[in-house]
Amino acid sequence: MKRLLDVLREDLQLTGAKEGCGEGECGACAVLMNGDLVNSCLIPALQVEGARITTIEGLAIDEKLHPIQQCFLEEGGAQCGICTPGMILATHHLLEKHTQPTLLQIQEGLNGNLCRCTGYMRIFEAVQQASLVGTAK
Amino acid sequence: MARTPQIVGQSPLRKEGKAKVLGRAQYVDDITLPNMWFGATVRSTIPRGRITSIKFDPAIPWHEFTIVSAADIPGENTIVHLAKDHPCLAVTHVNHVEEPILLLAHPDRAVLPAAVAAVHIAYEELPAIYTIEESEKKEHIIWGEGETANTFKTYLMQKNQTPIPDEIWQEADFIVEGEYRTGAQEQLYIENNGVIAEYDPESGVTVRGSMQCPFYLVHALTLVFNLPAEKCRVIQTETGGAFGGKEDFPSVIGSHAALLAMKSGHPVKLCYDRAEDMAATTKRHPSRTRHRTAVSKDGKLLAGEIDFAIDGGAYATLSPVVLSRGTIHAPGPYLWPHITVRAKAMATNIPPHGAFRGFGAPQSIFALERHMDKIAKTVGLTPEELRRRNLLSTGDRTATNQLLSDPVDMQHLLTKALRDSNYHAKRRQFDHENPTSTIKRGIGFATFFHGAGFTGSGERRLNSLVEIELTPEGQPRILVSSTEFGQGTNTILCQIAAQTLHLPYDQILIAQPDTTHVPNSGPTVASRTAMIVGKLVERAAQSLRNTLLASSHLSDNYSTQDFRRAALRFLAQHGPLKAEARYESPGNIFWDDETYSGEAYPAYAWAVYVAEVAVDTTTYAATVTSFHALQEVGKVLHPILATGQIEGGIAQAIGYALYEKCLWRNGHLTNNQMTNYIMPTSADLPPIHVTFEETPSPHGAFGAKGIGELPMDGPAPAILNAIEHATNIAFNEIPLLPEDIFERMTATPDSGTEDLNPAIAGPVFSEATA
Repeated sequence: MKRLLDVLREDLQLTGAKEGCGEGECGACAVLMNGDLVNSCLIPALQVEGARITTIEGLAIDEKLHPIQQCFLEEGGAQCGICTPGMILATHHLLEKHTQPTLLQIQEGLNGNLCRCTGYMRIFEAVQQASLVGTAK
Repeated sequence: MARTPQIVGQSPLRKEGKAKVLGRAQYVDDITLPNMWFGATVRSTIPRGRITSIKFDPAIPWHEFTIVSAADIPGENTIVHLAKDHPCLAVTHVNHVEEPILLLAHPDRAVLPAAVAAVHIAYEELPAIYTIEESEKKEHIIWGEGETANTFKTYLMQKNQTPIPDEIWQEADFIVEGEYRTGAQEQLYIENNGVIAEYDPESGVTVRGSMQCPFYLVHALTLVFNLPAEKCRVIQTETGGAFGGKEDFPSVIGSHAALLAMKSGHPVKLCYDRAEDMAATTKRHPSRTRHRTAVSKDGKLLAGEIDFAIDGGAYATLSPVVLSRGTIHAPGPYLWPHITVRAKAMATNIPPHGAFRGFGAPQSIFALERHMDKIAKTVGLTPEELRRRNLLSTGDRTATNQLLSDPVDMQHLLTKALRDSNYHAKRRQFDHENPTSTIKRGIGFATFFHGAGFTGSGERRLNSLVEIELTPEGQPRILVSSTEFGQGTNTILCQIAAQTLHLPYDQILIAQPDTTHVPNSGPTVASRTAMIVGKLVERAAQSLRNTLLASSHLSDNYSTQDFRRAALRFLAQHGPLKAEARYESPGNIFWDDETYSGEAYPAYAWAVYVAEVAVDTTTYAATVTSFHALQEVGKVLHPILATGQIEGGIAQAIGYALYEKCLWRNGHLTNNQMTNYIMPTSADLPPIHVTFEETPSPHGAFGAKGIGELPMDGPAPAILNAIEHATNIAFNEIPLLPEDIFERMTATPDSGTEDLNPAIAGPVFSEATA
């Protein structure tokens, strides 16, 4: 059976979700499913029936960046960019739970999303900036 | 003179950043070409042997597949790096597990894994070797013969080409010896290696994909296909991390996909999954370094002998140059009256090791900076004082006899780094608290340098070319083969051009690296892009500006609109305009490959890194709790990107020191998954404090030197120096995992002292202890 990731990438041509490991470790394929952050490589397609899925493609409205995207761009939160869609969705999920997260909450909220480029420090900055501009919606 | 806004040194938005945060950036696996098939690789399952038969399971409808073997290669069966020892596809023998033997392609990606498993290859197994020591014994010769048996390359580097006089050893107050080891490390870019290839009998081969060095792949394809370079087109797609792991390897996967495309008549996508990428592609070379140092009682280094050995794996790939950089960095930023470095790259039946950020330097610097702390202890000086008495400064000569004519102030960097990290107070505090605490805390540091650009005469040989053209719309567009894979190539090169052309940053375009349209500005490696390519962009931009100013269409005091108008007029009158700049070796750079002496690098970045650690004596886990990185890197072109480079490099190096262990069994990597190869997560890293000092270098654009590899060098020794402070145990091997700390701390009744049974060593990266 296809995974949600395959449905998104192959059938819907929504290639923003990436496959990094295929076993739920890296979070590059993370999307929001009914508001929860999930690794789409671990979700069989049948589980998605009737669910509301938000991918990175659904975050910006037309050409206007979502504030989280804007903060990642400004603070250097994206380097190679391959983890970025998942990381931004994880941030979105985190800021829904904690509108003003502590550093520890950010570290824990993003620890299912691996980034090999940044050492995470610029990402923490981006999340903090995003929380200041009040982004969750 | 027009007011030129300062762009260099500011932090404009990453050039391709918007596409990345939107999820629209197109990585190779995001691209689908019409009628595209998918490729897969049939690999060796044994470390060394002769292929006796290949059988295809009749349950598979093989007529649906394209099957490529070495017999289908139109040119040479070789993946060329520096030597031609590395076959594109194995024919009669295999020399490592995962060695490619056959290639398959099929229109349906999903059927490929079962087909790969249905190719049954029988072997006559031959004895295999897995460690530097087994390779040195030469009981089994797996590569080369005679002098070169099992040996890819050796170097002898002696200061002033003279051996160390015997009396130095006889008269020294102390002779300090030590052995230090580092393990393999996976680059672990989050995007695996992948390419799409096309073949057309008329126009030749086209490969697009994830890579650092498009012209390396062009070179590889010309040999495999016996085609001229103009019929081997390579296009870099957005690249999701590389770190050296996409320097040499794309020549392999790119050649493979192109062979499948040629035989199938379809575009073929060959993208590895994580397990295949980790098991089959290159890693950082494991190393063993032995130091023997003569020291006076006042802590002056009198002479050093360094034996540096790296495990290159089964084929030479880039090992000779990795060894070279490791050799030159082995003596570190110290003044050695006498030094001899003997270096060798050995063959083992492990998949070939390759480029990884730092390129040999992290290995030899780890050894030296651990050894410096050992010398300090032996002589009875603090680690700080020992280094202060030996650090290089302006006007000194390095181990290669290079005169340091540009200002160097390591004493100041050391003072500042120790002050910023509150080193002295913390050292006292931890000394006071540790005896009564189950958490042992420590603080340690490393002092080091990293040369920017290719070693020695490398830049002269590369002969890099950069162009800037005017688009039909009158905008300047940079043409380089230098690739963006997260470090910020696009952004900094556009900043340099904007500053030089007196135009806003957003007016500058940069072309996608496509070898039919961009000149060869050299590979994107060796911390050379900002310094070397940046300088060429600066010169090409000056040339473009001068041409327009001389044309009478543009006067000195111009606005963006004036420039655009002048550009359009020039194009209408004279046709296309391309300004170029080719590398010119500075007159005072001299390097002798025979004697390993001279100007090893045009410029060095200098650094002092301080690590604070906590070792939990209940769990035996060591954690980095704070990190200070101070470096002098010339002009910082883009502070946010530069800081991000340093932070990211430190995170990788913390992984190198404490988390990331490659476990080999009979030449198989057994932990080829993110589940069991552990890289740092957001929850594992300490606050990282990054500080730059800027002493502009005459060699780089606006004074920039290299920074990319620097942060990989210092953290591991700083962390182990801190762990020694915390535990009073000298660990001399990385990665250092909790089980290794446990073993040492519980191995003797007098746990926690230096005087342990030497037989109880730390982890050894060998078959025997795997």
